[in-house]
Amino acid sequence: MKFASKLVSFDVAPGDPFRPMATPIYQTATFEQEEATAFGPYDYSRSGNPTRTVLEEQIAGLENGTRGFCFSSGMAAITCVTRLLKTGDEILADSDLYGGTCRLFTRVLDRTGITARYADACDIEAFAAQINDRTKLVYLESPTNPLLRVVDIWQIADLAHAVGALLAVDSSTMSPYLQNPMDLGADIVLHSATKFLCGHSDVTAGVIVVRNDELAKQIYFLQNAEGSALGPFDAFLFLRGLKTLKLRMDAQQKNAQAIAEWLEAHPQVTAVNYPGLASSPGYLLQHRQARGAGAVLSFTTGSAEASRIIVEATRMFSICVSFGSINSTISLPGCMSHASVPPEVGELRDLPGDLVRISVGIEDAGDLIADLGQAFAAAFSPTVERQVDATEVA
Amino acid sequence: MSYDEKFQISTLAIHGGRVPDAHAEAVVYPIFQSATFEQQETGVTKGHSYSRVSNPTVDALEQAIGALEGTPQAVCFRTGMAAITTLFLSTVKTGDHVVLTDVVYGGTMRLFREVLNGLGIANTSTDTSDLEAVERAITPHTRIILIETPGNPTMKLADIAGIAAIARNHGLLLAVDNTFLTPVLQRPLELGADISVLSTTKYIEGHHATVGGSLACNDARLLDRFRLVRKTIGAIQAPLDAWLTLRGLKTLPLRMKAHSETAVLIAEWLEAHPMVARVYYPGLDSFPQKALAERQQASFGAMLSFELKAGPQEAIAVMNAMKLWIRAESLGGVESLVTHPATATHADVPVETRQRLGITDGLIRLSVGLEAAEDLIADLRQALDSVFGGNSERSANHEVCQQAG
Repeated sequence: MKFASKLVSFDVAPGDPFRPMATPIYQTATFEQEEATAFGPYDYSRSGNPTRTVLEEQIAGLENGTRGFCFSSGMAAITCVTRLLKTGDEILADSDLYGGTCRLFTRVLDRTGITARYADACDIEAFAAQINDRTKLVYLESPTNPLLRVVDIWQIADLAHAVGALLAVDSSTMSPYLQNPMDLGADIVLHSATKFLCGHSDVTAGVIVVRNDELAKQIYFLQNAEGSALGPFDAFLFLRGLKTLKLRMDAQQKNAQAIAEWLEAHPQVTAVNYPGLASSPGYLLQHRQARGAGAVLSFTTGSAEASRIIVEATRMFSICVSFGSINSTISLPGCMSHASVPPEVGELRDLPGDLVRISVGIEDAGDLIADLGQAFAAAFSPTVERQVDATEVA
Repeated sequence: MSYDEKFQISTLAIHGGRVPDAHAEAVVYPIFQSATFEQQETGVTKGHSYSRVSNPTVDALEQAIGALEGTPQAVCFRTGMAAITTLFLSTVKTGDHVVLTDVVYGGTMRLFREVLNGLGIANTSTDTSDLEAVERAITPHTRIILIETPGNPTMKLADIAGIAAIARNHGLLLAVDNTFLTPVLQRPLELGADISVLSTTKYIEGHHATVGGSLACNDARLLDRFRLVRKTIGAIQAPLDAWLTLRGLKTLPLRMKAHSETAVLIAEWLEAHPMVARVYYPGLDSFPQKALAERQQASFGAMLSFELKAGPQEAIAVMNAMKLWIRAESLGGVESLVTHPATATHADVPVETRQRLGITDGLIRLSVGLEAAEDLIADLRQALDSVFGGNSERSANHEVCQQAG
């Protein structure tokens, strides 16, 4: 079955006598037992819920994994993966990570004696040099957020497995439609489902898909023990959003390519980070390990002030954190999504102050480009520059 | 952001309903699951008093539908039939007469037969593909004409501009049920109709997850009248369903494009199949009104019907052999559905009328979803093969299948 068919053709309500077209929302905390000492397939919604089960099976299938798990946020999913580690273990992570992940690794895990170290995963030799026998988890995103660097998942998987470490890949910028890290050797695939999977900026959710039964057993134990699973109504919204994943990604990616090309040709743009551009250093690798470049991109203008004005002058791009939604968003990662990156990590990754991140939606590409055009005009018109100076003096 | 009428429809679908949430500036409008609203002072509200009258979430949906329709804020209802009931209770009274298309939805016929006729509101059903027949159906008491185009299930079209001219000459209202195409593919109000009717259950919400309806028009007095009747009979959409519909319609332009592109491939494949006697789809050269479809539609939509070179038992057997196509009523969602009009959607229609309308017992109706065309065609092929013997499709059109991937 083609991917488009898999998204809509599955049993939405296994065993349900009414055969509804939409998965029922089992908004219940607990389930009646037939007998005092025997449980049915479900007993308590923290441990399992029929709405969530449909979603978890669907997502595991889309990622070519053994089993899927859904959490109340992307960070809850990442936290659950780190629970596989114990005091004394180390995480080796790529240096360009989502700010919230950095905060978890650096400012929470250190309390339990787990050390996170960072290295540039695009430089395989330098990255390999950081692996040691305490490394139990290798962690990366690809393409990364917000610099859109492409990491060779296959090669990093080999490095991790050589020392018996697990490789976890956060594939939120891609979704299973564009990339299946498990097919490239990853042991664990993570998603902030808030992004492309749900796609409508209306659910906060996370996903873990695992390669084998042993990992499935451990993750299930942790999900239940810590009580971090996704609620029934959010699972329903997630399932509903997932059905249009291919249509949305196709449209968003097409728009992103058009915008990236427009930005690249713009005289005020100093760099565009998007692996769909032939000029991008990750272009070839991206096309080898994924089926597209996605819909997140970033660019610089050479002036932090001009970038700020552009972000604020757009009318169709909402200024907000998060990405992957049907509506276009724009942000200054240095001040917003990545503000929680600790300074020592910030130095390593060198996030420019004039960096603007765009997540491209499904609006008309012409409308979006026209809006960016007027925002650039606002940022670079002589009058505005004078106003900026005056404000600074004041 | 206030929407700008020069925006493309894919942009309006996202931003047309984006009423800024003044409190928290949420990107997605909140679900105001509240029956009543506190008054600032006795009798003074901030625009909403009681959710049977109006509700902020329903307002957001109505603005989005209005943006798609190119009208002021639309009026939304609990179901499509609640919208149609409100349409007639707002525009006709005892002694008045209504002209309906002869292929009108069965539920609308039932409304007249079981409810409105008993209140002294008469109706004539006529072939609205024939402008002269429309003229002949009009009486001195006629107040409104309701058409559906394409008509269900044989896709018979009505010339909206032509009927709008007739309605104008007689001082009548023209309402068009645009459920099969939505404002993305057909713009009845721009073709001269007065009121656009939608069952939002179908493509607008698009995920088979809610029921709902809407009325849109440019006449402020008529809109006020719809709201007054809706409030009186208690037919307003519920907040959660309004929110789900609002979420669904953001992908409407993407979905309509994908649905229609797949439907063309399926119609062509079916027409080339030796066991298929006839395919009803406005995008086929064999469709008698293709020129009209090209004139008044942006594309051909995703509803089609076909008849086998065999009887009703074989038609039902083919339907039962389908695995990917789901046997269910309704249409317009992400999943492809198959129905047997003679025993399902049109079971209430007398046999002789069904015969006249071409709704034979061997007719199968398809609502094409978002699955890959290749998979949908493969399933149709195996279903036909299982009934008519292996390889029933002697003239397999492999090119079509490959394009579909």
